[in-house]
Amino acid sequence: MSSKISNLTESHLFEYLLRLGDDRLILGHRLSEWCGHGPILEEDIALANVALDCVGQAKSFLSLAGKVENKGRTEDDLSYFREAVEFRNLQLLEQPNIDFAYTIARQFFYDVYSYFLYEELSKSSFDELAGLAVKSLKEVKYHVRHSREWILRLGDGTEESHAKIQEAVNERWRFTNELFEDDIVVESLSGEGVVVKNSNLKTSWNEFVTDTFEKATIVKPVNVIDYSKGSRIGNHSEYLGHLLAEMQIVARSFPDAEW
Amino acid sequence: MTLTKEYIYELLAEVKDPEVPVLSIEELGVLREVEIVDGLINVIITPTYSGCPAMNAIEDEIRNTMAASGIKNIKIETTFSPPWTTDWMTQTAKNKLKEYGIAPPGKTDNDSFLKSFLEKQIVCPFCDSGKTIVKSEFGSTACKSLHYCNSCRQPFEHFKCI
Repeated sequence: MSSKISNLTESHLFEYLLRLGDDRLILGHRLSEWCGHGPILEEDIALANVALDCVGQAKSFLSLAGKVENKGRTEDDLSYFREAVEFRNLQLLEQPNIDFAYTIARQFFYDVYSYFLYEELSKSSFDELAGLAVKSLKEVKYHVRHSREWILRLGDGTEESHAKIQEAVNERWRFTNELFEDDIVVESLSGEGVVVKNSNLKTSWNEFVTDTFEKATIVKPVNVIDYSKGSRIGNHSEYLGHLLAEMQIVARSFPDAEW
Repeated sequence: MTLTKEYIYELLAEVKDPEVPVLSIEELGVLREVEIVDGLINVIITPTYSGCPAMNAIEDEIRNTMAASGIKNIKIETTFSPPWTTDWMTQTAKNKLKEYGIAPPGKTDNDSFLKSFLEKQIVCPFCDSGKTIVKSEFGSTACKSLHYCNSCRQPFEHFKCI
């Protein structure tokens, strides 16, 4: 890492990398819950593939976070030995799968966000982050195609599929405001060209989502009460604790086990 | 005997991708570089996809292959940048894929995001027909998609072009 980076920037960078890593780790875990339960075989495989990409990207970001922090913590330490309040993922991503429509709505919102985020992070002044963003962007293109296809198919499908995806979109929309929030971490890092302001992504995201909704005959929710607040400082819904209990139990029961 | 890079590459030609066993890790573009510094051999590899579950198996296989020739002083490094692309695959490698029954990747292009939604025509590896359809963009491994040939009525896999 460049010696120009100050201690303060380093702690901000650590925070930011945790956010990137945790988002993908938690979403990847949620998607993995579909394994063996997909509505059709191809979709079961698709969700597992997307989960794998998410967990793979999480591994890279958390490993880099550990390096930046410089306290000897690995990606496994960060994944398995932190408590819910120490997680920095968005509340949107920890929400339960409920059904296929809810899963796809959550995925679509986040895939489109990831796409525009990675596009910007590819230009980061921090080379290692830029490298990971370029790599992840290739994978996320497939994710967007996948979730967008389903939004179209369900929205413009049968009466029942339309009703289900519309309900899921309405419910999950409440968690999307947080995607575009900036705080001191983002502000300071964006000032140095390391990251992009989240608020800068909102227009592109909105345009893409609105365009897809129109094609899918889905009505965009308006005047929605914003549910999520403070995920990035460790405020989470009750669901995260349950998710972590399941995700972390083996590592905590048998620390350092290898198989 | 002094170890040369060429010799190491020769040994590593035996290390195949566990998920596509007709290709060596060099042909696949996973093997990026071999460096020899003061007798320590540094092997640099890159994953095809971030979550590629074969990376551990590939590392083990590299160690085993080297150990079989009495080389133990090695270090394996994973790099993500530049990111892996199917363009690193040689024509010979692509031919091998086709013979194995997997439609090889074409050339990557800088299609815009929206344009990338348009389906590209994938040629059936069995009968060379272009009358194929995409079944799913996600296949048995992260690097492959599922297709079906309407001419010879065979399902087949395509190595995704990234």
